[in-house]
Amino acid sequence: MQKPNVGQSVFRKEAADKVTGRAQYVDDLTFPDMLHGVTVRSPIARGRLRGVQFGDGIPWHEFTIVTAQDIKDIPGTNCVALILEDQPYLASDTINHPEEPILLLAHRDKYLLEEARRAIAFDIEPLPAIFTIEDSLNQTETIWGKDNSFKTFLIEKGDVDAAWAHADFIVEGEYETGAQEQLYIEPNGMIAIANREEGVTVWGSMQCPYYVHKALIKLFGLPPEKIRVVQAVTGGGFGGKEEYPSVIAGHAALLAWKAGKPVKLIYDRAEDMAATTKRHPSKTRIRTAVGKDGKLLATEIDFTIDGGAYATLSSVVLSRGTIHAAGPYNWPNVRVRSRAVATNHPPHGAFRGFGAPQSIFAMERHLNQVAQTVGLSPEELRRRNFLKPGETTSTGQVIHEKIDLSSLLDRALKLSDYHTKKTRFAELNAISSTEKKGIGFATFMHGAGFTGSGEVYLSSVVGVEATETGKVRVLTSNTEIGQGSFTIFSQIAADALGIDFSQVEIAQPDTANVPNSGPTVASRTTMIVGKLVESAALGLRQTLVNSGLLGERYSAAEFAEACRQHIAKHGELKSFSKYEPPPGVHWDDEKYQGEAYGTYAWAVYVAEVTVDLTTYETRVDDFIALQEVGKVINPVLAAGQIEGGVAQAIGYALYENVVWREGRMINNQMTNYIMPTSADVPPIRVYFEELPYAYGPSGAKGIGELPMDGPAPAILNAIEDAIGQPVNEIPLIPETLMQMMTTGGGND
Amino acid sequence: MRAYLPDYELKIPATLSEALRLLSDEPGTWRPFAGGTDLMVLLEAGKLAHKRFVSLWSLPELRGIEISDNHVTIGAMTTYSQVQRHDVLRAEFPLLGEAASLTGAIAIQNRGTLGGNIANASPAADSLPALLVYEAELELISASGARVVSYNTFHTGYKTSVMREDELIRAIRLPRTTAGWRQHLRKVGTRKAQAISKVCIAAMAKLDGVTISDIRLAYGSVAPTPVRATKTEATLKGRKLDSATIQTARTELLNELKPIDDIRSTADYRSQVAANLLVGFLNGLN
Amino acid sequence: MTKKISVSFTVNGEPKTAHVWPMARLLDVLREELQLTGTKEGCGEGECGACSVIVDGELVNSCLIPAAQVAGANVRTIEGVADGERLNAVQQAFIECGGAQCGICTPGMVLAAVSLLERIPQPTEADIRNGLAGNLCRCTGYMKIFDSVVKACLGTHAPPRAERDD
Repeated sequence: MQKPNVGQSVFRKEAADKVTGRAQYVDDLTFPDMLHGVTVRSPIARGRLRGVQFGDGIPWHEFTIVTAQDIKDIPGTNCVALILEDQPYLASDTINHPEEPILLLAHRDKYLLEEARRAIAFDIEPLPAIFTIEDSLNQTETIWGKDNSFKTFLIEKGDVDAAWAHADFIVEGEYETGAQEQLYIEPNGMIAIANREEGVTVWGSMQCPYYVHKALIKLFGLPPEKIRVVQAVTGGGFGGKEEYPSVIAGHAALLAWKAGKPVKLIYDRAEDMAATTKRHPSKTRIRTAVGKDGKLLATEIDFTIDGGAYATLSSVVLSRGTIHAAGPYNWPNVRVRSRAVATNHPPHGAFRGFGAPQSIFAMERHLNQVAQTVGLSPEELRRRNFLKPGETTSTGQVIHEKIDLSSLLDRALKLSDYHTKKTRFAELNAISSTEKKGIGFATFMHGAGFTGSGEVYLSSVVGVEATETGKVRVLTSNTEIGQGSFTIFSQIAADALGIDFSQVEIAQPDTANVPNSGPTVASRTTMIVGKLVESAALGLRQTLVNSGLLGERYSAAEFAEACRQHIAKHGELKSFSKYEPPPGVHWDDEKYQGEAYGTYAWAVYVAEVTVDLTTYETRVDDFIALQEVGKVINPVLAAGQIEGGVAQAIGYALYENVVWREGRMINNQMTNYIMPTSADVPPIRVYFEELPYAYGPSGAKGIGELPMDGPAPAILNAIEDAIGQPVNEIPLIPETLMQMMTTGGGND
Repeated sequence: MRAYLPDYELKIPATLSEALRLLSDEPGTWRPFAGGTDLMVLLEAGKLAHKRFVSLWSLPELRGIEISDNHVTIGAMTTYSQVQRHDVLRAEFPLLGEAASLTGAIAIQNRGTLGGNIANASPAADSLPALLVYEAELELISASGARVVSYNTFHTGYKTSVMREDELIRAIRLPRTTAGWRQHLRKVGTRKAQAISKVCIAAMAKLDGVTISDIRLAYGSVAPTPVRATKTEATLKGRKLDSATIQTARTELLNELKPIDDIRSTADYRSQVAANLLVGFLNGLN
Repeated sequence: MTKKISVSFTVNGEPKTAHVWPMARLLDVLREELQLTGTKEGCGEGECGACSVIVDGELVNSCLIPAAQVAGANVRTIEGVADGERLNAVQQAFIECGGAQCGICTPGMVLAAVSLLERIPQPTEADIRNGLAGNLCRCTGYMKIFDSVVKACLGTHAPPRAERDD
């Protein structure tokens, strides 16, 4: 028997391929006779498409040209299958956002292809467009459905309306967050081969092969077995490759279908940034009743996100943001009213945290205002109101875990030397006219896995297959996008089977070979899918034990021999496991009540900042990320997830500003959309606490999204500490901070 | 890559005279191409309007840093990395190396050239304010001869200059007169590295006791070209360095500079921060 | 309309000739003409560093270099960093310290680190931060990359950044 892998920093499974340049990403693949494809897009935000002009000087007869008309010639439907069916693959009549795809081109010569793209002009009759949450709510124009509303939720706990009368203080605030680009370093791309005989096959950069699969079934009207989706090595996703790859796969496949040749469709950075999804901008209003003892009595949260022009995933993003809005506090009375509204921006979509970073930002800023009003320190206010085991969240979910947020907070403040620094900074700030220093923190939780009944609907399946040599292959559709899922699955399978890590292979996700274990999103891969890997592997071991080929203890050679004999006798040796919800999980989708998530990860993040009064730049000097995440399966990979998420969230808080003009991102270059470099990040110091979760593999919980939630409010709380003035919007770029500081007020 | 590559030519001349002949035979047809760190970005975006280029990168006549008694002469193809590594430049013209170290990151500094930076004439170019305060001279060369122009009069407007189409920048000449001057440079970029400047100051001052006997102030990213703040300099020259003077200079600078809004920053921010940078420099002189 | 040119240069010690447009990017020449796809394109404007290679001993962005300018040059790509199957110390450290996540910035990052250590064998933290500032990574937050560089030059284990309650 092998020593356990779980809990060890086993090296990343595919690391050698990545450090040597051998790993094959989609743009590294070529096929014989392959054409290149491009998408021709709307230059304006809203209008009616009247016609297309093909300019002079281009040999158009050499090009494969696809419009919405061509989709009528195949049995399928011109719609990107996701939740609602409102988004076309190619616009035929109405244009609803800038960069909306209208026409596709393919040619062997990619330089000529760009000449052709430039030579196409659309005749579009412009219609008035709307770009703000206010205009959408006011229905300045009605651009979607009857009232521009994609989705609304209402959570009610207790009696909010009765609470105001008993409040010693009522604190109100407004909080705003901007769009954020995922900015995976590998732009999106797909290669397709498609024809009537073989059906459709695509290879590409993606998080969710079965999402693409579902979308292509709808687009082509083909049976599932005629659609095959293969993930290439994927250079980052962060949510940005959750739903949008379905669009690119469809486009590449349409071109390939018409051309009768393989077509490669790779976005360049400018197109990827301008056309694909971003994090939903949000506005939150919070009104809170609090007693003079600091007891939180009631809160009313009004949370709105800008979904862009089509529904895509906005309803689900809204759901997560809504459920996380009240934070890890014991509110006796809560009302959360939320809505996702339509604007003529390109659709906003999935991005790490998925709505939660927006609403958590609002609450964690708000509680600092509450603390100030009551006259308590931010930590004391929270301490008096933390959720404790036996108490309930805003959806009425009883906390059964033995989480102790007060001691988590104490430890984070100690690790960051919070109190000493707070005192020292106050002294320094009193005498410095060139810079101000501050320290702040945020406390938060993040639910792992799909919300409510989501995992039950998904009904994920994982397989484990043994070979005659005793190697084991794990079959899942969950993708390795940098987070380390292949390594984690290998560790889990190796331990369940008592074999060496190197004896486990992970099948590259390919819908022809792997079952649907659900999408690689929502911090579910390790916790939900990892658990299925564990149980499928245990099942395989049990099969060998039950057949008498394997004892309770065995060597690698004995395991291999058992596999060989079993295969010789019975044929292929596979074991599958299907998701079963943990007992006692109930969710009411109508009332939004019950167990929203199987479990939560809990965290306290502390940020230390310096605000430069010459330039209004904020530098993060130190960062502590302390979290309780269940069993840590691979400490180096887990810390890597946290560090990466914190860096992204520092960008979200301070640098990453999408500049819009008429609904289009105009700073769609890495030069002008500013993510942190190695010179911009502080030391990010990561600490874990481990309370094993009974239904995760070896007790693990999900952690992927968690680190995106806390840094922005922690940093803004630190800025408030530094400058003595509340700042409630992100990104807090120096230009905004200057305006606030020189006009003497925040936005509330 | 959005450009149609078959339309673009890039000639590699064997000698400087071959390059100059190309430029003079059909004026305007060929344009110089240095390290490519700006032009290749335009090419990639399909926005490089001119199509025929002559590469200067490997011409030995445009390379090397020469020291004479009165000048340091920097070949136009000297890279930002080479600027940073040169001992005399580091000792006497530290602002240039500092600006070079703040331009892009290592890979850009290894390829971007001082001559290219000047000819490209971006108002946000990091090294140009330093050249303004050093009162650099440019050696321009063409098939018909050479001339020296003051860098302070080189730029005539946004991306325009006194250089003729048949001319090249051969070298940048810095007068070795910095002894006794206090020097200062601060770039405010969109982030700490790999950033384009939102406002940048290069400044030098000579103090006689508490009196500012001479001062030079230059800014990037606040006008269509890098600029000297001559009115503010005049206000400060001969004045006692005290808080009243600093306040007067601040007001004068806010009148003098007229920056604009763009996707990287706002006019208001640039004005206020330019003034703050001046105050920071002057306070640091005390 | 211009003509394609023949450009001869050395890649990872081997002489190569490519028949390309004069303004073709070195990046595309490597990837498409020489099938060296380890060099990646992240932005096409010299901002992200995914296309970093070493030309004549200096780190450059291969997306910003036209083919005509590399005639006679000595180019080193990620494919030439390991000595056969024996990994460079930087590559080994990236594996051991978790310096690679999604891997798309990794070839450029490894070359930037190799180039840094060739210039400065014992870098300070500031040297490391500056030396890698032209190579953007969206996954790691850079901490494990710093650890990797430290480990590569010290040949010892970098201090672990994560602590657990055991």
